[in-house]
Amino acid sequence: MNSSQHYDAIVIGAGPAGLTAGIYLSRAKLKTLIVNEGTVGGQLVLTHEIANYPGVESINGYQLAMIMKKQALTFGCDIKSNISITRLDLDGELKSLVLSDGHIYTAHSIVLTPGGRPRTLGVPGEDKFKGRGVSYCATCDGDFFTGKEIVVVWGGNSALEEAVSLTRYAGKVTIVHQFDHFQAFEYAVEEARNNPKIHYIMESEIKNFYGDERIESVDIKNLKTGKTLNFKTEGVFVFIGYVPNTEFLKNILTLNSWGEIEVAADMSTQIKGVYAAGDSIAKRYRQVTTAVGDGTIAALAASHYIHELKSKHKQILTV
Amino acid sequence: MLYTNLKHIETADEHAKIISENENVMVICGRMGPMCIPVYDIAEELEKEYKHVKFYDMEFDNPGAYVIRSLPEVRGFMGIPFTVYYKSGKVVKATSSIQTREQVKAILDKEFAVPVIA
Repeated sequence: MNSSQHYDAIVIGAGPAGLTAGIYLSRAKLKTLIVNEGTVGGQLVLTHEIANYPGVESINGYQLAMIMKKQALTFGCDIKSNISITRLDLDGELKSLVLSDGHIYTAHSIVLTPGGRPRTLGVPGEDKFKGRGVSYCATCDGDFFTGKEIVVVWGGNSALEEAVSLTRYAGKVTIVHQFDHFQAFEYAVEEARNNPKIHYIMESEIKNFYGDERIESVDIKNLKTGKTLNFKTEGVFVFIGYVPNTEFLKNILTLNSWGEIEVAADMSTQIKGVYAAGDSIAKRYRQVTTAVGDGTIAALAASHYIHELKSKHKQILTV
Repeated sequence: MLYTNLKHIETADEHAKIISENENVMVICGRMGPMCIPVYDIAEELEKEYKHVKFYDMEFDNPGAYVIRSLPEVRGFMGIPFTVYYKSGKVVKATSSIQTREQVKAILDKEFAVPVIA
């Protein structure tokens, strides 16, 4: 075995949970590698302002992620980002993974923190019109829709809050939601209800996007009557929640019906030496602070496991 | 101000000079937002691999960025970043909004050739 490719622990994912696990593991003098498929920081970098992270009055998500990354690197953690895992073997005491660049890495313990990503509608035309009318970020693209009529999909907190913020630009915002009531907190519902620019099409879903260079209309199906309406619009903002990035674990771990990883209180999974933390685990609240807390627990539990494993091997050698 | 490790283009003149002096250029025109940051990050990573391509970013709200915002190839774009690929000073491809590493690599390979690993 090439020793340079062996680590005490490998963390899969570099959002707040993964970076925290990396900080704790490497600070505990454990040789640690963080492997990340996307941008370091995960969904944290998608947040413009974080005002409720204790000890920091207000910070941009990107800046906070870069501080966490720097902390992990300072403690000696290695980070490989924008790379995918082509093979993962979690069985036995020596876990291994193969990356898309062909490199093989082994470790005693794995901490899974793959996070999540915005859910897409998955209807015809959505991908074609991404950046040409379909958007997942109001603050990024809102000003392209100044004076225009747009649609916001879903009725959760993000959807209603973003719908209100989009009224600063758009002439009219129509919320399309599949239920007859909203899932958002009462304050968000009230703020949206009090905004004269916001209109509603309830118990309905978007079924198709149409246009040439950009979106011109969408098909909206009423789920109660089954009737489809072709609705003229120039923009559709989609805020329908997140999906965990756990597809690569499907045949390795048992996931719940939402694709989330089930963990015990110490963040251990059903496989010995494998821990999970952050937005990909089954839990109710998903915040930067909860991800950081989960990552800490997972790292401490993994450290304990690695030390026990090492001392067991030492004892066998001395007997 | 873009807080990236890419080289920044600050003016329209600088943009013109860069695309005229370099055969293969990729310019990401955006803000420090959630759809843009992943594209900068991918470009930073690929910069080491695609040595025959020059990677730059340009702030979307910089007055000089009109050179990108007014390109005919970005007409209809309604999502940042606007990523523009130039070959010998001419636009060969432009994309709107967030892109994956695979999407960016596919364009670089098609338009500027696959990097040769010695």
